[in-house]
Amino acid sequence: MTTVAATSHPAPAHHDDRSFIRKYVFSTDHKIIGIQFLFVSLFFLLVGGLLAMQMRWQLGFPGKPMPGGGVLPETMAPGGVILPEYYIQLVTMHGTFMVFFAIMPLLVGVYANFLIPLKIGTHDMAFPRINMWSFWSFFAAGLVMLASMFVPDGAARAGWTMYAPLSARHDYSGASIGQELWSVSIILVGLSSILGSLNYITTIINNRAPGMTWFRMPLSVWSLFITAILGLLALPVLSGAAIMLLFDQIIGTHFFDPAAGGQALLWQHLFWFFGHPEVYILILPAMGMVSDIIANGSRKPIFGYHSMVFAIVAIAFLGWIVWGHHMFVSGMNPTLGSSFMVSTLVIAVPSAVKTFNWMGTMWRGNLRFTVPMLNAVAFVAMFVIGGLSGIFMAATPVDMFIHDTYFIVAHLHYVLFGGSLFALFAAIPYWYPKMFGRLMHEGWGKVHFWLTFVFYNCVFFPMHILGMGGMMRRLYDPSQYTFLQPYQPMNVFISISAFLLFATQIIFFVNFWWSLKKGKPAGLNPWQDNGLEWTLPSPAPHGNWDRVPTVYRGPYEFSSPQVPEDYLPQTRKLPTDREPAAATAARH
Amino acid sequence: MGKLGVVAATGGAVLVLALAGWMRPGVPAAQGGGTISGKVKFTGAKPAMPKIDMSEEPKCKAKYTAAPPTEEAVVVNANGTLANVFVYVKSGLPATYKAPAPAGPVTLDQDGCRYHPHVFGILVGQPLAIKNSDGILHNIKAKGTKNRPFNISQPAVMTSDRTFTAPEVMVPLECNVHGWMHAWLGVLPHPFFGVSGSDGSFTIKGLPPGTYTIEAWHEKYGTQSATVTVAGSETKTADFSFAAK
Amino acid sequence: MRWWLPFKASTFTGPIDGLFLAILIITGIAFVLVEVGLIWFVVKYRQRPGRKAFYTHGSTRAEVIWTAIPAVTMVALGLISNHYWVQMKGRNSIPPNAYPIAIHAKQFEWQITYPGPDGKLGTPDDFTVRNQLHLPVGRPIVVLLSSEDVIHSFYVPQFRVRQDAVPGMDIKAWFEATVPGTYELGCSQLCGLGHYRMRAQVFVQTQEDYDAWMKQAAQEASS
Repeated sequence: MTTVAATSHPAPAHHDDRSFIRKYVFSTDHKIIGIQFLFVSLFFLLVGGLLAMQMRWQLGFPGKPMPGGGVLPETMAPGGVILPEYYIQLVTMHGTFMVFFAIMPLLVGVYANFLIPLKIGTHDMAFPRINMWSFWSFFAAGLVMLASMFVPDGAARAGWTMYAPLSARHDYSGASIGQELWSVSIILVGLSSILGSLNYITTIINNRAPGMTWFRMPLSVWSLFITAILGLLALPVLSGAAIMLLFDQIIGTHFFDPAAGGQALLWQHLFWFFGHPEVYILILPAMGMVSDIIANGSRKPIFGYHSMVFAIVAIAFLGWIVWGHHMFVSGMNPTLGSSFMVSTLVIAVPSAVKTFNWMGTMWRGNLRFTVPMLNAVAFVAMFVIGGLSGIFMAATPVDMFIHDTYFIVAHLHYVLFGGSLFALFAAIPYWYPKMFGRLMHEGWGKVHFWLTFVFYNCVFFPMHILGMGGMMRRLYDPSQYTFLQPYQPMNVFISISAFLLFATQIIFFVNFWWSLKKGKPAGLNPWQDNGLEWTLPSPAPHGNWDRVPTVYRGPYEFSSPQVPEDYLPQTRKLPTDREPAAATAARH
Repeated sequence: MGKLGVVAATGGAVLVLALAGWMRPGVPAAQGGGTISGKVKFTGAKPAMPKIDMSEEPKCKAKYTAAPPTEEAVVVNANGTLANVFVYVKSGLPATYKAPAPAGPVTLDQDGCRYHPHVFGILVGQPLAIKNSDGILHNIKAKGTKNRPFNISQPAVMTSDRTFTAPEVMVPLECNVHGWMHAWLGVLPHPFFGVSGSDGSFTIKGLPPGTYTIEAWHEKYGTQSATVTVAGSETKTADFSFAAK
Repeated sequence: MRWWLPFKASTFTGPIDGLFLAILIITGIAFVLVEVGLIWFVVKYRQRPGRKAFYTHGSTRAEVIWTAIPAVTMVALGLISNHYWVQMKGRNSIPPNAYPIAIHAKQFEWQITYPGPDGKLGTPDDFTVRNQLHLPVGRPIVVLLSSEDVIHSFYVPQFRVRQDAVPGMDIKAWFEATVPGTYELGCSQLCGLGHYRMRAQVFVQTQEDYDAWMKQAAQEASS
């Protein structure tokens, strides 16, 4: 009756006689590549967290020897006491690893790769070998960035934003080859993103299964599609800027050095022209996956699907014309301050629309609080705080005061951690069964969720207050300023909460690794979801389908009156369904 | 047998003594050696050195109870001589000369937000122990051109070590947190240097016999040279005179 | 420890603190709506046996309302903010009689050049002091910012004033201090290992006190 693969034995797409190396190491299978990104990015997430823990030690207990600090060399922390130049390396590397090697690859490298072909109904990406290069250039970039922390004179230290001329001239920063390796790594990571984007865009445009029209694609795929376009256009700007910076650093050009005719602000314009679309790259996939998970958890269609799509497109489009809001007090023409303020305030609107639509999805739903659903709802609750705090910064006069303070740090962590990372804590257990054939432990997942939620807010909410008080960013020792000394107890509170937050993540990591072998075996569709991937065995086989399925409806037909179950898969053919008019891709 | 034993023992003893003699650590070039000494005079009006306002660093300001500190670019002594002139052997040592291993590190102390000493010398490869006696943040930026530049911070009472790999006269040192702090370091492949002190005199000891070009360097008044020949363990005088500009 | 914005000591605190409060109210309302709404839904619509979700794809009317209200609010906020932005930072915002002080930022100190007793910068009676900013109260000050090396940022929280000092650019920033007292100037753009110590003391004085200080400092500088 049904074309849903409810068969009891999984049928491999074709006989798989690849060697171990071809299957798991130099693989062109989008699912393996996605899993490779997952393992490597989770490692870098841990690295980023360790760097943050050292920063929080110094901020909470300035000048005190750090437990375990004895393993660090004299040039970083003599006697375990963090040096100022090491502190700013920590700041720089924390931001760099988290943005480029954790969040971006976790959202895009993992889920664009893993989900797109599965969710649109095709065997693999349009260019599988280019896809493989996308992972390996990312891996190489990560190695280079890690190496940069262990070279003479230490790592880059001008902040993850790498403002010139501090970053361009070694006599200003005190670093040497570490700064250059940062540039090289970023060029490689840009390459990885660009190669990935080529695949995601082409595959979605060309290789959708019959019946998978644009407006039957899940929001996760829409968001990954738009994100890929952002990446394709934005990363080359970063790579170009990084190349110019590298040239300034090693071959004697002076693009960014005013002492020799260059322009300091040029770096900022180039970086933020990339940087602002980048932050939408860091949130849109999260929003898309959360949409899928909330609809599933509410057993209701997504509220306002078309509005959601238009909101994604609007955010992406507007994201190109707001970059100057990072530069209001930079010395840029103040008239630009006015224009960037307008565009920045406007971009708040589509995000608001999405928030209301998520709430509309939950309204009158039948909510199931699985671990993914808990994290997805927390995403909405936390992202909203991050988005609202952004409005303070958008108002240029207020920004003059809170720019480069902890108010900004609070904002960025609410959107990146409260937003993107909670979305990942939802997505990882959600698609884990399709990746590995097992479920992550639900009980420990809930413990992890609640502890993370509490400690996370204890760490980042007080930072709004610190910022309002005028505490600047990237300060090795705030107590040097008399007006900041009264805030020190708050810094201690934040640091202790941060240590507890980090410790809590051990639960997630152990759950992840343990469940690989010991998790409950998942059936085909443990969440009773409608997407195409849930018609395949868990884990999905190489090549996905023997014959691509046909799609008869959108992805959010939960609690449909047409069937007694509260879900209705996209590929299930009902007697009233007609075959789609033409295939969007040749059947193969 | 017995006679052979005596011969062997004597031979062995001679061998051991010879070996010991050969393996004795090389004596630093002539334990006696020649000496060049002199005075650095200053002619002309003594320039007034600006006072240093250390209000921003109360811990350092407090250390100056008698009189506030002044800049050190030109220090003219009471007897009309010039202090902080770095005098060194620029050329004349035999090509085979090898400097002895240094006895220990040279210490540069940051005390009262000043470098002590202001001008000094060090051997290539000899450790420089940079000490922060103030306990507040100093950074030490070494702006060498032949030596790798470095810039390290010391936020507390601590000592950091650095060595220099190439001869360089002079490597400027500065603190960027306290913009008045400057020091000058001469890195040499030999120990034949001195700095004129509070009586304007300098001494360079232990020179092997030869004809030397010695140079006197001052941070504001530039360099002057002199040629001196020393033999045996005699002392030769070489005076310099810098004029106010 | 303060839970709010710093002590108000300049004419900018009115508009900036006022805008901050207005935005806090607007975002506060949105915050309460969303968070309370979420909690309400989580409780009220949780899965229970026999319940079925309400099958709907959305409501165009709802979309229009919740697009229009934020949009109108943002536009209004933008117009009001821009009015103050132009006043504080606009190209023609510097009051013509503003008292000029040149501040040259350098790793890791502020070199402050005063116009001297004649009140004009660029004349022989100017003198430079390190890390001490004396200001007369109650009159507009224009700071001429420059940088020796990297980007620094001039920031006095109690004045709410911030402006980056960029090498290769001469940037003016103006403000008017309203309360005599001692404050701190901090560097607000990462500038290297000494960034956290790049601070100056700010002394806001009555005009008489300021004149007296000026006379004495100028004498010391010329001696």
